[in-house]
Amino acid sequence: MKTSQRAAGATANYVDERTGAAKWLKKNLTKVFPDHWSFMLGEVALYSFIILLLTGTFLTFWFDPSQREVIYNGSYMPLSGLHMSAAYDSTLRLSFDVRGGLLMRQIHHWSALIFMSAIVAHLFRVFFTGAFRKPREFNWLIGVGLLTFGIVEGFLGYSLPDDLLSGTGIRIAEAILQAIPVVGSYLSFFAFGGAFPGTAFIPRIFIVHVLLLPGLFLALITIHLMLVWYQKHTQYPGPGRTEKNVVGYPLMPVYMAKAGGFFFVVFGVTAFLGAVASINPIWLVGPYTPGQISAGSQPDWYMGWLDGLVRAAPPIETHAFGHTISWNILIPGLILPGILFTGMALYPFIESWFTGDKREHHLLDRPRNAPNRTALGVTSIVFILITIVNGGNDIIATHFHLTINGIMWFTRIGLFVIPPIAFVITKRVCLSLQRSDRDLVLHGRETGRLVMMPNGEMVEVHEPISDAKKWTLTQHQRPEALPAPLPESATVGLKGKLRARMNRAHATQIPAPTLTDLKELGEGHH
Amino acid sequence: MSNQIERFEDPGLPAHIHRNADSDPLAAKRAERQVAILFLLSAVGTVLTIVSYIYVKSDRYVYLPIMGSTNLQQILLGLGLTASTLFIGLGAIQWAKKLMPDQEEIAERHEFRSEEVDRNDLVATFRERAESTGLGRRSLIKRSLGVSLGLVGLSPLLLLRDTGPLPKKFFTTTDWAAGTRLLLDPAGTPIKASDLEVGAVAQVLPELPAGTERTLENTGKDAVLLIRLRPEDFNLDAQRLSWTHEGIIAFSKICTHMGCAVALYEQQTHHLLCPCHQSTFDVTRAAKVIFGPAARPLPQLAITVDADGYLVAVQPFTVPIGPSFWERNSSNG
Repeated sequence: MKTSQRAAGATANYVDERTGAAKWLKKNLTKVFPDHWSFMLGEVALYSFIILLLTGTFLTFWFDPSQREVIYNGSYMPLSGLHMSAAYDSTLRLSFDVRGGLLMRQIHHWSALIFMSAIVAHLFRVFFTGAFRKPREFNWLIGVGLLTFGIVEGFLGYSLPDDLLSGTGIRIAEAILQAIPVVGSYLSFFAFGGAFPGTAFIPRIFIVHVLLLPGLFLALITIHLMLVWYQKHTQYPGPGRTEKNVVGYPLMPVYMAKAGGFFFVVFGVTAFLGAVASINPIWLVGPYTPGQISAGSQPDWYMGWLDGLVRAAPPIETHAFGHTISWNILIPGLILPGILFTGMALYPFIESWFTGDKREHHLLDRPRNAPNRTALGVTSIVFILITIVNGGNDIIATHFHLTINGIMWFTRIGLFVIPPIAFVITKRVCLSLQRSDRDLVLHGRETGRLVMMPNGEMVEVHEPISDAKKWTLTQHQRPEALPAPLPESATVGLKGKLRARMNRAHATQIPAPTLTDLKELGEGHH
Repeated sequence: MSNQIERFEDPGLPAHIHRNADSDPLAAKRAERQVAILFLLSAVGTVLTIVSYIYVKSDRYVYLPIMGSTNLQQILLGLGLTASTLFIGLGAIQWAKKLMPDQEEIAERHEFRSEEVDRNDLVATFRERAESTGLGRRSLIKRSLGVSLGLVGLSPLLLLRDTGPLPKKFFTTTDWAAGTRLLLDPAGTPIKASDLEVGAVAQVLPELPAGTERTLENTGKDAVLLIRLRPEDFNLDAQRLSWTHEGIIAFSKICTHMGCAVALYEQQTHHLLCPCHQSTFDVTRAAKVIFGPAARPLPQLAITVDADGYLVAVQPFTVPIGPSFWERNSSNG
């Protein structure tokens, strides 16, 4: 036996005698994971989180989370001698006087953008394929939690340097707090340790940004992954893939190498962005002071929708009995986001309610085969996209020679008109795609070869598709995959009618072709 | 044939197709070399990182296309780090794809639902144990526990009370008072009407009593924008017109929507625009909101000149400045 093998055996023995882990490890080392590019999206989020922890820790060694006033005398000349907070001062030093400091700042910021993008892309994948269905509702809820905390974490992160741009963002956050009825001005004073901007806020959000929220992320991500592990990953339908099995490659060695390698790829790509693409050059805007502002104030993209909603809000306030309620802040800033996120969190339960489907699902839906859900998803995305466009209306107006007023009115009307249109179009497109699947199964694929018949007629030769493909395109309508119809008793009353209505809408399908259809066609000598 | 519908059947997992490297030792050797080269490129990246950290001066800037003037050390460190991580990843993935087993395996899933007997057992055990506490029978314990649990959260909440003082009159007051001089920001010098040409804009702050230091908190409330128009451009009622001085009109610079500095002034249209959410105010009509989410005009500060000819405030702001809050009495604007 080679020395290395003996050493490995001894280590395994040492660990097992103290933990009894051998059995669990043996089973899990060969755990099977299905392979699909879309399963990498969540991985990107996970790896970005690790990159954020690593680079973020580096930044804390130099960053001084304090609003104590100092005079800058670092190496960036244009700001020399200016009064600023220690937070801004130390961020400048980090950028100009620490080797690799700017690089780490930029990797950290890019990584945060990638983290949020990956979470959102992962959310889309999970939603459109129905991966949130039983038994994975817990993981859906955790995911919505991670998205929400991610938005907060990102906002707090880019607020820390206390530059003119981020300070303006904090000013807006303060205005939202201040607008909360009854307790608003008190909440604002408690959050800021007195009047805005004060000296307490940056130290406070620093500890939330580097300890509280990352701790929460770690806990939630751990549960998220443990559940994925225990419940086994979902898989796309295909030959040999059933609700009862999982088909894929083993953890050791394939996924260790692939996933481990992929972490380094994500790190490499993020490092490249950090190296060549300048992000948040805080030295250009100067230190924060409430009396000034930089034109083209923009939040990071994951806050853009919120900013877009706030910009689109009509100027409505209620003035009565000596009190003021700012609907122009409360509706776009708190009420609408609350409704959107609650709806998103509850969707798996709502869908299960109106489909009456309480079974386990491990095979994913192809989005076209759930037209209603897909249409709802696209509707929501379109809604958010319009708000993001409006969040950048000043930038868009200057770049495309439009008026801000025009974009704002487009948004105000478009938010109500365009999403429903998107719903109808998406649903139609899904059904058309189902028809094209049906066509493909029954008539085969177009080969592009034209043949002239003896009677002069030109026909294109169609080739039958493989049995594997036929199965993939039709498996979703095998009887055991279809939800049972709702019982009569569940469809009475207003709630029942709504349920029945949603149930019907959700069940719209083009019948998938069967072998019988194919045979009948064959007999007709097509 | 019966009229039973026949469905397509699952043809099962397709046969495994071998890769080149599985059968051809030369191809396998080639793949091994590729992986090795990728790993070595990563090592080169690390060397580049180390060399640029130690030997490249951190104040050297180079001109690069697209990127413009760039700090040489930062970009070399970044590219080194990129190579050292990216190539490890690419090597590992290439290794997995070309040389590690690529046969798909099938694992069975287990049903999550426990056996009926276990479920019933759990419920029975739970009920039995719960009953053994006597919580159901002993209502005194139940109620007192409810009271204590209901209250226990109050102390940590209470302890948060000292995170900040009470706002008191903060939101309704500023440092402007009758006779307060307008000081140019950031120069800090008093200003005369003649200092401001028609069409010009200036930011001013109130002169604070001697010995008081100006803080950002003050500035956040006190910042005022002076704009000089031709007097005939105004479209104001008699009172508001009397608050101006020789065509100079003063507004709070803090947006009534969310508190940003309303800093963009369009000379041609006499519009003030807040860059945060594009609320637009018409200077000629006492900063009336003509567009955007702001619901109230910018408060106007009445100004005049003192005996020395310097601009001063006639009186404090007549309404609270800045964004709305619950206690704000907005009945008179």
